[in-house]
Amino acid sequence: MTRRHSGAWLGWLFAAPAAVMYAVFVLRPLALTVQYSFYDWNGIGASTWVGLENYTRLFTEPEQFATILHAFELILFFSLVPVLLGLFVAATIRGIAQSRLAMVARTVLFLPQVIPLVAAGIMWSWLLSSTGLANELLSAVGLGRLTRAWLGDFGTALPAVGVIGAWVLVGLCTLLLLAGMSKIDPALYESARLDGAGPVREFFAITLPSLRQEIGVCVTVTIIAALASFDIVYISTQGGPGNSTMVPGLEIFYLAFSEREVGRASALAVVLVILVLACVLPVQRFTRDGSR
Amino acid sequence: MIVTRRETLTGRVLLLLLMAITVVPFISLFVTALHPSGTYPAGLSWPDDPQWGNFADAFRSARMGQLLLSSVLIVAGVVPISLLLGTMAGFAFGHLRMPGHRIGFLIFVLGLTLPFEGIITPLYYQVRDLGLLNTRWAIILPLVGLFMPFSVLWMRAHFVTMPDDLSEAARIDGATTWQLFRRVHVPLARPALSSLAILLFLWTWNQFLLAIVLVDDPAKRTMAGALGAFQGQWGTDIPLLCAGSLLILTPTLAVFLIFQRRFVAALLQGSIKG
Repeated sequence: MTRRHSGAWLGWLFAAPAAVMYAVFVLRPLALTVQYSFYDWNGIGASTWVGLENYTRLFTEPEQFATILHAFELILFFSLVPVLLGLFVAATIRGIAQSRLAMVARTVLFLPQVIPLVAAGIMWSWLLSSTGLANELLSAVGLGRLTRAWLGDFGTALPAVGVIGAWVLVGLCTLLLLAGMSKIDPALYESARLDGAGPVREFFAITLPSLRQEIGVCVTVTIIAALASFDIVYISTQGGPGNSTMVPGLEIFYLAFSEREVGRASALAVVLVILVLACVLPVQRFTRDGSR
Repeated sequence: MIVTRRETLTGRVLLLLLMAITVVPFISLFVTALHPSGTYPAGLSWPDDPQWGNFADAFRSARMGQLLLSSVLIVAGVVPISLLLGTMAGFAFGHLRMPGHRIGFLIFVLGLTLPFEGIITPLYYQVRDLGLLNTRWAIILPLVGLFMPFSVLWMRAHFVTMPDDLSEAARIDGATTWQLFRRVHVPLARPALSSLAILLFLWTWNQFLLAIVLVDDPAKRTMAGALGAFQGQWGTDIPLLCAGSLLILTPTLAVFLIFQRRFVAALLQGSIKG
């Protein structure tokens, strides 16, 4: 009896090392973030308790609040564009998914996932600069008056950052959705065709409903990428011009390590963590319900 | 499958277009890197006199040899430790299923969506208090912790599918739990382990935020972190910056192209489970 009992608890011995690393380097800092968020602290001297002031400033100062709005605007580019485009492309190429071209595409479309986001930022800063390829293409098709430094213009900087994110994520979404489509029973398509359904009806009647789980995954991954964006923005605009591309991740970095406003940085960090959960959990729920 | 000719054609054209959009930035980077240093080349023009020497210059000024070594050392720390700890915990939660395993696993899963920015500030002070700031351990240890949710989830998903009979048989032969783990289950987990290793390698190599916050000296950072410093230093010399970026990309690209099948499979599975 006792032997069996101790054996049952042995599992915790196996889980302990992982739990220790997770507790020390994730859970403890997370708890400290929450604690710091209630203080005014410059990181060196004494800290003063300020209650919820860091949070109220976050939501009442327009410049602070704008960073959160920017993150949501990026969701349009990081999530909506790759998922819709991915659905469209995957549905169109479904018929040739086994061809040699599609095999090559599997490798090529993954390239943006493999390189550091920093490198993607550097490439695109150059493509979108005033003498870059984007402007050259515009001039070539007679739209020369539209040319500008896309990342340096107040009106276009945030969408330009969004384009970089869309470029990184569209391949992943396409391939994930295509993998999902290949699991759909071909007989369904055969019978739809025999009933005279065109590609469009086929898509809405068969493809879309069967892809609930894959769409959920794409949306989850891309929303996290949008809300927690840091690398691309840091490299391509540093939050500028002005504050037009400032996002929570970058603002936390500046507040904590340049302006030494540890309390305010932590309050924003707490809000960011909660925002990610608030966006991701409903999506998870939606996809899980569908699969049961 | 009934697919009309026209649909096949549109599919091919669309796929080629998407591939072109994916590849053009790489080509632009490459072409620009060949222009004379200090110039502002326009768009996608092939230089009259390709400056292959830019790569050598960038290699020297970025101290690429040192950077490679540093990244390799960091990966050599993060990946084996994470694999070992993740596998042990995954085995515990997926196979041993001790009392309270559900709640324990749930606590790990909670960390899955955590953005690194959420804990970076206290992490800085913690790493400083441990006296590890500006060493490679400042990147290795936090990354192991941050990778635990995914590693445990990944390995648990594998061990859950292992039949209990397998362990019963080993137990009857008198194996201890450790022997059961080491001799029976780890060898069987090899495919899951190698996919996880690939993902962890990629995420470590490309890690940027921890590198720039916790380590000042670019020579002790990851490749991605060093690239950030390189941009700060050479941001105005576009061809040299492009050459440096390409050099820094090359190792991941090479590893990707060698292991592409495993990579694609791992990344697809990885995002489904994550």
